[in-house]
Amino acid sequence: MSVDKATVAKIASLARIKMSDEELERMAPELSNILDWVEQLGEVDCTGVEPMTAVIANRQRLRDDEVNADPKTGGGKRDEVLANAPAAEHGFFGVPKVIE
Amino acid sequence: MSELTNLGVKDIRDGVARGDFTAREVAESFNAAVEEASALNAFIVTTPDHALAAADRVDADRATGKDLGVMAGVPIGMKDLFCTHGVQTTAASRILEGFEPQYESTVSSNLWVAGAGMLGKLNMDQFAMGSSNETSHSGNVVSPWRRNDGGNTPMSPGGSSGGSSAVVAGRIAPAATGTDTGGSIRQPAAFAGIVGVKPTYGRCSRWGIVAFASSLDQAGPMARSVEDCAVMLGAMAGFDPKDSTSLDMPVPDWAGGLDANLAGKKVGIPREYVMEGTDQAILDSWERGKEWLRDAGAEIVDISLPHTKYALPAYYIVAPAEASSNLARYDGVRYGLRDLPDGAGLQDMYAQTRETGFGDEVKRRVLIGTYVLSAGFYDAYYNQAQKVRALVARDFEQAWAECDLILAPTTPTASFPLGDKSDDPLAMYLNDVFAVPASLAGLPAMSVPAMLNGDGLPLGLQLVGKPFDEQGVLNAGLAIEQRAGFEAQPEKWW
Repeated sequence: MSVDKATVAKIASLARIKMSDEELERMAPELSNILDWVEQLGEVDCTGVEPMTAVIANRQRLRDDEVNADPKTGGGKRDEVLANAPAAEHGFFGVPKVIE
Repeated sequence: MSELTNLGVKDIRDGVARGDFTAREVAESFNAAVEEASALNAFIVTTPDHALAAADRVDADRATGKDLGVMAGVPIGMKDLFCTHGVQTTAASRILEGFEPQYESTVSSNLWVAGAGMLGKLNMDQFAMGSSNETSHSGNVVSPWRRNDGGNTPMSPGGSSGGSSAVVAGRIAPAATGTDTGGSIRQPAAFAGIVGVKPTYGRCSRWGIVAFASSLDQAGPMARSVEDCAVMLGAMAGFDPKDSTSLDMPVPDWAGGLDANLAGKKVGIPREYVMEGTDQAILDSWERGKEWLRDAGAEIVDISLPHTKYALPAYYIVAPAEASSNLARYDGVRYGLRDLPDGAGLQDMYAQTRETGFGDEVKRRVLIGTYVLSAGFYDAYYNQAQKVRALVARDFEQAWAECDLILAPTTPTASFPLGDKSDDPLAMYLNDVFAVPASLAGLPAMSVPAMLNGDGLPLGLQLVGKPFDEQGVLNAGLAIEQRAGFEAQPEKWW
């Protein structure tokens, strides 16, 4: 049993997912099973092996450092960005009060 | 005009170009097939007007003698993972219900430019997490296939591109888009007796595809013939400045380059893929596959991919880790669901929105990903998995010294009844055991139908190629297709 209910509750809080006691109860053994199974990776001798960073070698492209250098990746799209917001106000995303 | 729905991509395109029928007639036929097929639950939304408008543009272009695109007049299904302008895109999750993208994904946009139209947004496993299409907020997709026992047990169309496989097998669409993170094109293609291609990582732009695991996600075509997949892949692929991992390479003419003569090619059979728990019928299909490729002129050689056993556990660290990061964006602020209890603050809103919006499998993977990336566990889990991933990729690189292609089964079993594995996440994961290694290494791979098993269900064979060698993979797929003579199709019950 690699994770218990308390650990799952802590992970859920880190992941910002509210979970009921009953859900934690149900999920803990499932996650434990999965984590016990992935632990077999510890058997693999990885001495001198670098962790993979790019699956297909590719160079990192940089665009010109100017506003809207490429219109395809440019800005000026406030209305589109806000179009699906649950509570857009005054051209911003609305959220519950953060500071008392 | 019901026979139009029996046609594939190339036959529709050529028939429209010749004037045998109009694109509008084709779109109307498929729209009718979509309407009749609600029992399969393959669509989340249908878009008959999109299909008709695209068809009318093609018919008008033809009337004025304009050049027609490679997908001209072909109405397709679009997996709900692709953002479509003004058309709800949910990734089959409640958390994106009502989300109408203000932009079009590069891949779907490429397809519309090539003359295709959209029949609707296809159901799938939620956020592409699943292998049976049972994790969708919009309900299970039912396979058009049934076992030949006379019963009506609902079978899985595979996942995560289960809506795609179901409509293509059921002649409800001539082709559909899929995405493959750890087998999500190939496994459903195998379950449904169709062809599915996952190209080299970077061939198809990921821009506008709802992200699951960005170092693995690749789009690809699903259709009923190798040639149709080659045509459609050509339309989907291409360099895109909006995707930082997009390959800046010319797109070959895969359809024009198809050649089933495999003389001089060596096909590797990885001995580690002989695993316990694989159905005998699958092993039989693998033997036949070797014979077919030998008959096409290839030499069959024994190879070793020593880290095969560790590919799946490595995947179940890497993919959830990336998913937990990618899915952090669903917070009830910018789009989709907001669940704000009375008087709740910002943090409570995040947690409540994600509790309500995500399904169980998505929560499981986000939690695993959060755990393996958390302080104190990162090295032991995530870094170790990325090292093992490098070893899996190295296995393939070494194998290419001995062979040009690899032949393996696509899945260890045929389709199973819906509900059979849904209580055991681990058992479900194991269905992708043969598909995941090529994903971890970013290699082009496909599934092509081989035969039916004793229950009358399709089995697929998988081909894996060197990076950028989609042509070699497609050619071997064609050689199998020509020899397998797979003509079976599900009997219409819906």
